[in-house]
Amino acid sequence: MTDTPSPTASVASASVPAARGIAVRRWLRALLPALSLVLVVTAIGVLNPRAISYFGFSLMLGLAIPIALATIAQLFVITVNDLDLSIGTFVGFVGCVTATLLRDNPLVGIAVLVAAIGVYAGLGALIHLRNLPSIVVTLGMSFVWQGLAILMLPTPGGKAPDWLLTLMGLKPPFVPFPIIAAIVIAVVVHFGLMRTSYGTILRGAGGNAAAIERAGWSLLRTKVTMFTLAGVFGVLSGMALIGTTTSGDANIGNGYTLLSIAGVILGGGEFVGGRVSPIGAVLGALTLTLAATQLLGFMHIPPDWQVGANGIILIIVLAARALLSRRGDAV
Amino acid sequence: MPEIGNTIVKLDGVERHFGAVRALDGVTIAVKAGECVGLVGHNGAGKSTLMHVLAGTGTPDQGTITVGGEPQTAYSVSRAQTLGIRCVFQELSLCPNLTVAENTRIYHPSIRGIGWRRRASDLISAKLDEVFPGHGISASDIVQDLAIGKRQMVEVARAFTVTDAPLRLVILDEPTSSLDAHTSSQLLSFVRRTVASGISCVFISHLLGEILGNSDRIIVMRDGKVVTAGAASTFNRNRLVTEMGGIEAEPAAVAAAAMADRESRKLRVRARPVRQSDGRELIAREGEIVGLAGLAAHGQTDLLLAVFRAATQRAANIEVSGPVALVAGDRQTDGIFAQWSISENIGIRSLARLRKGLLISPAREDEMAARWRDKIGIRTPDMHNNILSLSGGNQQKALFARALGSDAGIVLMDDPMRGVDVGTKLEVYELIRDEARGGRTFLWYTTETDELKNCDHVYVFHNGRIVADLRRDELTEEKVIQSSFAESA
Amino acid sequence: MTRLGRLLEKPWIWSFAGALLVWLAAIAFTRGYGAGGMVTAALSLAVFTVIVGIGQMFVITLGPGNVDLSLPASIGLASAVAMKVMGGNDAMVVVGLLAALGSGFLVGSFNYFLIRALRIPPIIATLSASFIIQSVDISYGRGLQIKPPPGFADFTNLQVLGIPVLAILTVLFALGAAVLLQRTIYGRQVLAIGQNIRAAGLAGVPVGRVRYLTYALCGTLGGLTGALLAGYFRGANVDIGNEYLLTSIAVVVIGGTSVAGGKANVPGIWGAALFLVLLLTMLNTFGVSAGVRLLLTGLIIVGVITAAGGPKSAR
Repeated sequence: MTDTPSPTASVASASVPAARGIAVRRWLRALLPALSLVLVVTAIGVLNPRAISYFGFSLMLGLAIPIALATIAQLFVITVNDLDLSIGTFVGFVGCVTATLLRDNPLVGIAVLVAAIGVYAGLGALIHLRNLPSIVVTLGMSFVWQGLAILMLPTPGGKAPDWLLTLMGLKPPFVPFPIIAAIVIAVVVHFGLMRTSYGTILRGAGGNAAAIERAGWSLLRTKVTMFTLAGVFGVLSGMALIGTTTSGDANIGNGYTLLSIAGVILGGGEFVGGRVSPIGAVLGALTLTLAATQLLGFMHIPPDWQVGANGIILIIVLAARALLSRRGDAV
Repeated sequence: MPEIGNTIVKLDGVERHFGAVRALDGVTIAVKAGECVGLVGHNGAGKSTLMHVLAGTGTPDQGTITVGGEPQTAYSVSRAQTLGIRCVFQELSLCPNLTVAENTRIYHPSIRGIGWRRRASDLISAKLDEVFPGHGISASDIVQDLAIGKRQMVEVARAFTVTDAPLRLVILDEPTSSLDAHTSSQLLSFVRRTVASGISCVFISHLLGEILGNSDRIIVMRDGKVVTAGAASTFNRNRLVTEMGGIEAEPAAVAAAAMADRESRKLRVRARPVRQSDGRELIAREGEIVGLAGLAAHGQTDLLLAVFRAATQRAANIEVSGPVALVAGDRQTDGIFAQWSISENIGIRSLARLRKGLLISPAREDEMAARWRDKIGIRTPDMHNNILSLSGGNQQKALFARALGSDAGIVLMDDPMRGVDVGTKLEVYELIRDEARGGRTFLWYTTETDELKNCDHVYVFHNGRIVADLRRDELTEEKVIQSSFAESA
Repeated sequence: MTRLGRLLEKPWIWSFAGALLVWLAAIAFTRGYGAGGMVTAALSLAVFTVIVGIGQMFVITLGPGNVDLSLPASIGLASAVAMKVMGGNDAMVVVGLLAALGSGFLVGSFNYFLIRALRIPPIIATLSASFIIQSVDISYGRGLQIKPPPGFADFTNLQVLGIPVLAILTVLFALGAAVLLQRTIYGRQVLAIGQNIRAAGLAGVPVGRVRYLTYALCGTLGGLTGALLAGYFRGANVDIGNEYLLTSIAVVVIGGTSVAGGKANVPGIWGAALFLVLLLTMLNTFGVSAGVRLLLTGLIIVGVITAAGGPKSAR
């Protein structure tokens, strides 16, 4: 095929081998989140065979649902080249609302949560209209949410509404609930963002905003949509978290900001350019949950070093990803 | 099909200001159905601004727009689209993270609902086949994986796709700037077919031959005004250049005699492309201008970058003696520092020499900037102005000044004349020949065959390999094109 | 008038104006009582924020995605290293300081190693590094109860006419940083990389070396802050640097440095640091609860950044 003498064919074939190489590497990269999850599960299985069971997974993945939801919230924001440094405290705030207002006074609770999503939508609009750096705005908002959470629940306490406890405690046959939930989240978000026609516009806004605007789309609308979705998934994350832990704490979500960013990146997303993968992000969140809490315990890592081991796991996976990515990006 | 001869778009007394600059100063033009209007003018003459007004991405400060006989009051991008006016901008307007099909969907609000992906794929594939037969682009390719020439092909083809809105006028702003001779001619013949079917085109190009050969009517702009307009047959190259306010036409026949003493000169660069399987290699000696030719993106830029890296790190198959500077062709991504002044942009390659003691001396920096403003003719009231205040051609001159003002004995040029006006080109050619006489070595990748006439020696590339090695006296356009397509053993 | 106009165009003027406003609000509340003391206290605390802020500023100026999240861990580790090496002995102060700087330098080097060799995005690289450093610090500094040498502790608290000596030195340090940024080859190269890393490489900027130096510089300044904090608060602590994760970023941005990179502003960091410290002082004098204090701090950061406005988009 490369040797066809006609001029047109030789133009076409010029960069085909290169493109194929890129495609193969892209495939490997896309598989990496799944591979790292398999690796972590295998390691757990070797260290503690009993953990690989219906009950074991239900237990180990209990916290995976809120983390996966928070990761998806972060993914929406990252898609449009922003970063949400407030998602952790937002999840904490939602948790406090869930453990108090939503139980005692459901209508007020729902109103507060809807208003909180409205605040997210407003932030999106503000960031777009005033051309603000999202890092700083959400940094400020992280104080706001934490302040509100403390005002609402000065000391840990409260209790999740019963329906939420029932939902999170579901024991479906054969497959543990967290796994089903993770699949549902991944599939729904993948379909919405990667397969629908408006999802294309949303990702395009991250890739080349000027091009989207020139084609007649509203960038304000894309930004507000993404931040609203982030708010919605943040609320879901906070509720899922309280449904799992049963009671609230103003500081409960603080670690989620960094976990969610790490999950998106681990899942193959990039900080700029609208390149994200919802399925990868959910896998990344599962990997982080298992690696951070379970694997280390089974490996008898001393408590002093558990945090450090988390860092090392992150580094290993990302280094593997980097090896598969394109070489020579920088001169 | 609209009746040929009806005016479909009319601009009347359009003005647009950027601060004190009058980018458009009362422009009145009309485009009739089924005609191809060529638009020429130097950089900064107002062509691109005019196109933005037509496409609805820039609102005029004064004047009226009439489309199909109706005066437009709230003209915008989406209004332009419903009226069937499309624009291919000079800066690429594709989303690099999306596939070719997805980029097509962005262009057409009506492609949605179940099966949208299939429809978008079919639409763009069919159009690509029609415009660029044998293009080798798949609708599922992600744009960032495509070479720049292929991206431009996608962008052009996309502008001609039709869904529910009619297609009446397509504005092509430098559509061939990243295309090689072959794909350019495919595009131009497609444009002629399209115009014959009743759709209008406004065609902007710095290549006057393309304008003369493909337009029905030509409009010449200068300083934000239309200076003349008329049937294409009434123009020739010299008249166009004169009307544009340029220097006298036709690059002066290159004077320098062929280098008889080539072997005796000092070797500056010896490089073999990675994919070269035979013994061929590129040799450049002191005082030589060496051209890298062939179809766009066939390994020329890769070789330049390899030489650039080899100047600081050891590399296999490449020898470089002396410091190297590079003049980027893709100004925005590879050249310009957008927040800096013109003088800071020029000085960055020569910081060590601008120091006085440990600190950079503003006086020396100003002195260097002033010297190069005069030498290369950068048109600005103040070299402390932001680099983006310059027109594209003058930005390119600043990049030349950066390289030529440095200590580099070897200057690499990565198709640096993309989208640069004729006047600037002629000035820069002259300067390059001057510098070469002074002992500098140039490696010059260009997609414009005309420019190769300035070179002492030309290497033709194909598929990442050198396939021909032509001396100045052996150089003809036919030979270059022939070897560009030929597979070498 | 035009001079005033030009002054108002400077992005950093707003952070100073904000600091002044907050201070006036606080002394209006106390009816002028403790106005001077408030300034002294604010200057003392702002010193630490300014030093880490300048390090963070150089990193952020390298362009989108560049940020050092390992500063808190690095500060904590350096505080422990400094106290251990000094061992409460005045003769060892200089050695201890150097050890703290060295520990910060190593952290910075490690960060860059992760970024470059493993090609990990800086945010995640410094985050992962901070996890590891935290663990090192926890096991190294376990049960560390060493007080700083008395001479060192006194020095960090020394005042001349109500002005902390450390603050004066930090003003000089900031001047030095401004010169480094605008008038040296290194500074120009940082700015160039921040605007367009590809173009910088093609213009002959040694991108790798400059980025390495910048991360190492930021780490080193974190180390310095750790030692000074341990002296000022009389003892090392794993959590001593925690608040600087957010504040170091906040002062850089409120101070007028572009988060998109390539444009930095040193004076603004002083203004922003004073603003944030005085804000806390003001809220404390008002006697508000922790929740309200956080809430207001957050709203004010968002308000300030909204009012100051983002950079106008190019074109």
